[in-house]
Order: sequence, then C-alpha cells, then structure tokens
Amino acid sequence: MKASWLRSLILFVAFCFSIGVFASDTTKVVKQTLQPDADNAGLTLPTGFGAIVMIDSVGRNRHIAVNPNGDIYIKLERVRNGKGIVVLRENTNGKANEVTGFGNYGGTGIAFKNGYLYASSDNDVYRYKLNDRNEVIDGEKPERIITGLINRRQHESKSIALDNAGNIYVNIGAFSNSCQMQDRAKGSMGMEPCPILDSAAGIWQFKVDKLDQSYAEGVRYCTGTRNIVGLDWNNDVNQLYAMQHGRDDLYRMFPQYFDSADNAELPAEEFLLIKKGANFGWPYCYFDQRQDKKVLAPEYGGDGKQVGRCEGMDRPLIGFPGHWAPNGLLFYTGTMFPEKYRHGAFIAFHGSWNRAPLRQAGYNVVFVPMKDGKPSGQWEVFADGFAGVETIKSTRDAKHRPCGLAQGKDGSLLISDSVKGTVYKIIYTGK
Amino acid sequence: MEMKRGCITIVLMLATAFVMAQTKTAQKKTVQTKTTTSSSASGQKAAIERGQKVYVTYCMSCHQADGGGVPKMNPPLIKTKWVLGDKKELISVVLKGMTDPIEIEDEEYHNPMPTHAHLSDQEIADVLTYIRNNFGNKASAVTPTEVKNVRAKLK
Repeated sequence: MKASWLRSLILFVAFCFSIGVFASDTTKVVKQTLQPDADNAGLTLPTGFGAIVMIDSVGRNRHIAVNPNGDIYIKLERVRNGKGIVVLRENTNGKANEVTGFGNYGGTGIAFKNGYLYASSDNDVYRYKLNDRNEVIDGEKPERIITGLINRRQHESKSIALDNAGNIYVNIGAFSNSCQMQDRAKGSMGMEPCPILDSAAGIWQFKVDKLDQSYAEGVRYCTGTRNIVGLDWNNDVNQLYAMQHGRDDLYRMFPQYFDSADNAELPAEEFLLIKKGANFGWPYCYFDQRQDKKVLAPEYGGDGKQVGRCEGMDRPLIGFPGHWAPNGLLFYTGTMFPEKYRHGAFIAFHGSWNRAPLRQAGYNVVFVPMKDGKPSGQWEVFADGFAGVETIKSTRDAKHRPCGLAQGKDGSLLISDSVKGTVYKIIYTGK
Repeated sequence: MEMKRGCITIVLMLATAFVMAQTKTAQKKTVQTKTTTSSSASGQKAAIERGQKVYVTYCMSCHQADGGGVPKMNPPLIKTKWVLGDKKELISVVLKGMTDPIEIEDEEYHNPMPTHAHLSDQEIADVLTYIRNNFGNKASAVTPTEVKNVRAKLK
C-alpha cells in the first residue's frame, strides 16, 4: 500500500519535471540528478540515505564550510602548495573539483557569515570580505581580527562559531590533559588553582569587526572546558553549543581507582549548551556518564565516586562514550533530509586513541534529534564505516576519520576526512 | 637375478649411508641450535615477554597496539632513530620524559612524554628490549645495569 503510494508520488514528481514545474528552481533540479556511489562510498547509513565521494586527497582536512554560492571551503591542518584554504566547486553529479585556494597558514576553523569568510590558524582568526557574487575579494589580504591566542601544541586548534549579533566565539583548548604538576605523569597531582584556566580551557567571545583583538578585548564566555573542536551556533534558540573532549588516561595514571575498561569508557565526551558564564569543571571535575554526574578528578582527590567541589558544576546535555574525539558539530536546517533530522545535531567523531589496550571506537557521525534546543530522543550513529576496517586496534588502522561537518546548499550533509582528504556528501534519496 | 640382488644391495647401502649422513647433520644442527640458544637469548625472550606487559600498561595508550603512535600527537616507535639509536638517550627519554615536539618523517608530534622514573630498572630494560625487538625493529637488548647507570647520572 505504502509502496504504491510512493510510486505514484515519484511518477507525479517525474511528471512535474517533464513539464518543467520546478525548472525555475535549479537547486531542486540538481538534487534530482544525484546518484549515490555504488557502494555508498563504503559507508553505512540509515535507509533512504546515500553517500557520494565528492573528492579525495584534498589534504589534511579540518573544518569545512559552504559559501552561500554553493562552493565548499576546506580549512587544512597544514598548508599544501602554500594554501591553507581549498575551494571546491560541485558538479551536477555531486562530485567536486578543486577550483582555487589561498591563505598561507594551517588551522581548523572556517565559517561564512554576513558577507565574510572567517578562518583560524592555531593563534589567530582572519576574515575575508566577499563581493556581491559571494567570492573572496582578496585571498592574500584578510583582516586579522583576533591574534595572540595561546598555542602550546596541545589542544591548539582554534575552532570558531558566529552568532547573529556581531560576535565570534573562539575555543582556546587547555595545553594539558588534567592540569597535573607533571602533565600525563602517573600519580602526579593537579595544580591548585589550575593556572591554565587564565588563558585557555574555555571559549572567548570577540567582535567580528575589530582588528587585532586579543585576551584584553575578548570576553570569557565559558570556562572549565578542556578542549573543544566542534562548536556551532544554534539559530533556533540563539545559543552556543559545543562538544568537549574529555580527559585521558584515568587508568594509567590512577590504577588504584580505575581499570582499563573504565579508562576506555570514561569520562564522557560532553555535548554542551553553553550559556555565558558557564563552568563545566575542568580540570577539577569530569562527567561520568555511567553515574550521570560530574565527579571529582583523581588529580584533585577524587576516587571515581566523590563529587566534592563538582556539586553544582554545569552539566552536559549528553555524555557520549569516552575518547571518541568529537571534532565537528552542525545543526541541520535543510529540507533535503526527512522531518526527523530538521533542527537536530550532527556530530563528527574523529575516533579514539586513548581506549587502548581495548579496541578503538568512534570514527563515525552521530545524529541527535533536537527540539527547542534540547535533545528530544536517543542519539544514534548516523554514518559509520569511515575507518574501512572491521576492528580498529590502533588509530592508524583507520583509513578515514570524520572531522568537519557542513550543510550543502541543497541540504545534503558534507563530511570532511582528515586522513586521506576525502569529502563525503550524504544525500537523501528515499530509496 | 644375481644382478638384481646386487642392485638392491647397492641401493640399500646408499640409502643407509644417506640416512646416516642426514642423522649426523641433524645431530650437528641440534648442537648448533643448542649453542645459539644461549642463556642470553632465552633471557632476551623472557625480557621481551615481560616488556610486553609493561608496554600494555604504560605505553600502549599513547603509542598504540601497533607501535605506530597517533598522528600529530604521539610518535611512532617503528624504525625510528629514537628507538634504534643510542640506548642511553632512549633510556633517558623514558626516565625524564620529553616536552618538546619531535619530528619524524615530516610529521610533528606534540603531546608530552611523561616521566616513567617510577618504573624499576628491570621494567625499563624489559620494555625497551621489547620495543627494540617488536614493531619491525631489530636491535640489541637493554640491560637493567644500563638503565641504572643512566638513572644515576640523571640524579
């Protein structure tokens, strides 16, 4: 019954095309010509979705953004042929060509907002003015709007998100695992207070249109976040959201309280709704998703159960399994995907390394249904199989690792891979 | 008939000679094997086995099951000068740790290596012997005395 109804609908749509009903809307025409790759690019997806490899071997892809004109901009972790930003143009079949590049610096953040392209190095944030065709006017002469952010080669990427009130949010990760006196050394206790919190482990808010802002000009928007790579502004509720990478090595450093199975699952990777002034507790606290609460870190006297000073710390919306490394966050606002996905969050997990000796996990894209800015159902793995192997014992086993997310102009989901430089396009076909 | 018997005899004799020669070679081989299976070789095998346990507990979370490390963060232990080169330097890295980024084959690794001075001389010798003879590496063993000497100099 359902099938015949669907068939009638398809026939009707096909008829509309044949008489040119949609001819004025080029986006929809393009959408109809898309065919997924034969093997869905090696990915497993929910029924009705398909995957296309738009391009591979771009570089060390980090975040990805779509220009209002449809072009795809990729921020590379390090420059390739002198270029740290690569521009792709999509063909009608969903495949893409590299058309240009610019920006002589590596980094992570990239975003479009109100006639500008924003991109970050590991120290600075730049912006590039677009012309009336949404093209970058001069790729070699951006305005440096933020500079001098701390970069001590650990959690150094500076992800960005923009609101609708002329502000830009920049993550400054902690250059430490858990603020120990000796970073990552067995049994080393935490510094009290943690001096890193002065200039890192939080998100700072700056103005989009002022040059050379640094700490003095910025506003400390939240604190106690160890490292954030995926962050996005949710326009439905006008709030900032982010994915925090939880700390490593509970077992190796405190075997009296944890075993290797605890270490593989704890602590949670946290999905955060970030309100101004929030404190999520790093390094003093971490979120244990099994106990569903923030507990005291062993470096500060915790034993895996005590709460102590973590009482009242801001909580995550969801605690994901440990070490999955969420690097991309995107609120979906398109119409290509079914109703269920609209306003929901996609999260790209780069995949673990700190679960060893247990096998590694993550390396997938997760979907969280959302309503009014809050999770409205169980999260689920949306796209998997990036690693290309059944069992991932070591990080290097993974052939691809999801990193950045963007929404294509047609409402498809774009996923960047940091290993081979692949860009995937996920489309909904209903088949 | 006579000729046939003669042939059989010759074949038998040749066969016997062949078998005896083989047995001698085999005996010789056994002797040779015994010689190479000296106490140091069996000692090294035991050290590697013990070292593997130390590796799983203290090293694998960063350097991974395949010794390949994690891109950008934790360096690989596969055929690098750090692992196969000067043993004193290698021992010193384990004892002191290392905070500066290092570059291996055009890749920079940034995460700090913490001190592992809490491990005994024996444990450090074992784990270094293990990594120098695993992940495609082949290099001489590290002895507890060598660790002890480096540790004494660092104090």
